[in-house]
Amino acid sequence: MNRRGENFRSDANVFPGKPLRSLQEINPNIRRSYRLGKVFQWIAVAATGVAVLVLAILLFDIFADGLSRLRPSFITEFPSRHPEEAGIKSAIYGSIWIIVLTIIVSLPLGISAAFYLEEFAPKNRLTEIININIANLAAVPSIVYGILGLTLFVRAFALGRSVLAGALTMGLLILPIIIIASREAIRGVPGSIREASMGLGATRWQTVRHHVFPRAFPGILTGTILALSRAVGETAPLIMIGALTFVPYVPGNIETIRDVIADPIALITFAPMDGFTVLPIQIFNWVSRPQQEFHVAAAAAIVVLLVILLTMNALAIYLRNRFEKKGPQNR
Amino acid sequence: MTTGVQENQTKLQKREFRLPLKQYLAEGVIKRLLFGSGFLSVLVTVSIVVILIWESSKFFGFEDVTLIQFLTDTQWTPLFADKHFGILPLLVGTLMVAVIALIVALPLGLLSAIYLSEYAPPRLRSILKPVLEILAGIPTVVYGYFALVTVTPFLKQFIPGLGVFNALSAGVVMGIMILPMVSSLSEDAIRVVPNSLRRAAIALGSTKFETTMRVVVPASLSGIVSAFILAASRAIGETMIVTIAAGMNPTLTFSPFQAVETMTAYIVQVSLGDTPVGSLEYQSIFAVGMALFVMTLFFNFISHFIVKRFREVYQ
Repeated sequence: MNRRGENFRSDANVFPGKPLRSLQEINPNIRRSYRLGKVFQWIAVAATGVAVLVLAILLFDIFADGLSRLRPSFITEFPSRHPEEAGIKSAIYGSIWIIVLTIIVSLPLGISAAFYLEEFAPKNRLTEIININIANLAAVPSIVYGILGLTLFVRAFALGRSVLAGALTMGLLILPIIIIASREAIRGVPGSIREASMGLGATRWQTVRHHVFPRAFPGILTGTILALSRAVGETAPLIMIGALTFVPYVPGNIETIRDVIADPIALITFAPMDGFTVLPIQIFNWVSRPQQEFHVAAAAAIVVLLVILLTMNALAIYLRNRFEKKGPQNR
Repeated sequence: MTTGVQENQTKLQKREFRLPLKQYLAEGVIKRLLFGSGFLSVLVTVSIVVILIWESSKFFGFEDVTLIQFLTDTQWTPLFADKHFGILPLLVGTLMVAVIALIVALPLGLLSAIYLSEYAPPRLRSILKPVLEILAGIPTVVYGYFALVTVTPFLKQFIPGLGVFNALSAGVVMGIMILPMVSSLSEDAIRVVPNSLRRAAIALGSTKFETTMRVVVPASLSGIVSAFILAASRAIGETMIVTIAAGMNPTLTFSPFQAVETMTAYIVQVSLGDTPVGSLEYQSIFAVGMALFVMTLFFNFISHFIVKRFREVYQ
C-alpha cells in the first residue's frame, strides 16, 4: 500500500485492457541491455583507471630513479660535465627570475583585459573579435610563442637571449590563460553587488575597484597561480629564444639577499639582461645525453620540479576552498 | 563640508547627475587603458601572423627553395650539403605521432568522461578529478623523460625491432598527456545535458546504458567532437615529448617503430644548434612554424565552428 492508501501495483496498470507483466514488454532488449550496460560500466571504470595507474607508475618511476641522487649539494651546485657533481643551482635561480618577471608582465595586463571584457566592453564587433582571439591564442602551440619571442624580443627589441626576453615571451604565453581564469572569477561576483554600488551613485570604475575586484581577487589569484605553474614547466619557447643549456652562473651573480643590498642597481639593470637556464631546460639537457648517470640527475631534477608544481597547485586549491567557504556568508 | 553636502542635495533635486569633470576624465582614461590591455591580445596574434609570413617569405626567397618543392618533395635535408626542402617527412611524422596519441586519448578520455559524469559515485569522482588535473599539470618535458626512459624499454620487450627513438612510445605518452583534456572537455559537454532528458529516457523504459548511449552522448556530441578536434590540435603542436622520445630523423616512413621527426622537433633542433641568423636553415624554422600555425588554427576554428553551429541549446 502506498501513501494514498491505494494498492501500489494497480498504479503500474496504466495500459487499459492489457495487464503489464514485466519491463520486457516495454523494452524487449532489456536483459541484453542490462548485461551490455554492466560490461560497459566495467570498461569505463578500466579506462578511468588507466589514467590513475599511469600517474602512479610515472611518479613511482621518477621518484625511484631520482630520490637517491637528491642531496643538498644537488640544489647548491652548478651543472657540470661530471654527472655525479652536477647540480641545479643556476636552473633554480633562472626559474625564479622567470616566474617573478612573468608575473610582473602578465598579471596587470591579464587582469585589466579581463575587467575590460567583463565590465566595460560594449557588445560590438570589436569585442567579439577580441573574445575569439583570446580563445584562439590559448590554443596556439607554445613553440609558436617561442618563434614570436625570438623574432620580437630577442632580435627586434635587441634584448638578446636574456631573462627579460624569456619572461616577456612567457608573459604573452600565459596571458590568455590569466584572462580566461580572471573573467571566470569576475563573472562569479553577483550582479546585485554592482547594482547596489551603482545605485548609490558610484561610477563603473569605482564599482569595479571597491566591490568587484576585492570579491573576484581570490579567484583571480587561483587562476594566476595555475597559469604560472604552466609557465614553470614550459620548455619549448625558452629553448627557442635561446635559454642556454650549460649555465655555470646565476643571473647578475646575485645569489643572496646580501648581494642585493650590496648592489641593488644590478638587480634591476644587469640581472634581467643576463643569460639563463630554467629547470625544464636543465632536465631536457640531461635527458638528451646518452649517459645513464645524467638520466638519474634528470629524474632528481624532475622530482624538484614536481614538488614545486605540486606546492603551487596545492596553494591554488587551498585558496579556492577558502574562497568557496567564505562565499555564501558574504552573499 | 556641509556646503558640499547641500550643494549635492540641490543638484540631486534638480536632477543633475553628471560627474565632476575630473572624475569624468579619469573614468575615460581608465576605460581606455583597460581596453588597451584587451586589445593587446589582438596585437599578439597580428604580430605572430606578420612575423611568420614575413620571415617565411625570406625562406622562399632563397633561390633553391620553391613553394611547390616545399609541399611536394619527399626529402627534408636542410642541414646537409645536398639540401632538400620537402615538408612531407615532417608532416607525416607529426601526423603519425598525433594519430597514435589520439587512438590512445580519445576512447579513454571519452569513456572516463562518461564514467565520471554518469556512473561514478560523488566521492570517487572527487578523488578522480584531481588525479586527472595532476596528470594535466605535469610538464611535457617530464612526459618526454617518461617516454624515453620507461615506456620505450617496456614496449621493447614486446616489439624487438623498436628503436631507442620511435613514434610509438612518443605517441602513446602524448595520448596520456592529452587524455585529461579530452576527458574534462567532454565531461563539461555531457554535464550540460539536462536531467529531464535522462529522466524521460528512463521513464520510457530505457536502461541506464541505453540512456547514456542513445540520449546523453548524442545530445552532447557537438561538445565531444569539438573536444576531440582541440585534442588533435594540441597533439600536433606538442613539442617536448616528440623532441625527446621520437628522435630527429626526418625520413618519410609510415612505420611507428622507427625514429621520425615532427615539425615542432625540427624547430627545436635548429634553435638548439648555432645556425647563423638569416641563413637558409634559420629561415626554414619560420616556414615550418607557419605550416604548424596554419594547421592548429584550422583545427581550432573547426572546433569553434562545431560548438557554435551544432550545439543543442537547452533552457
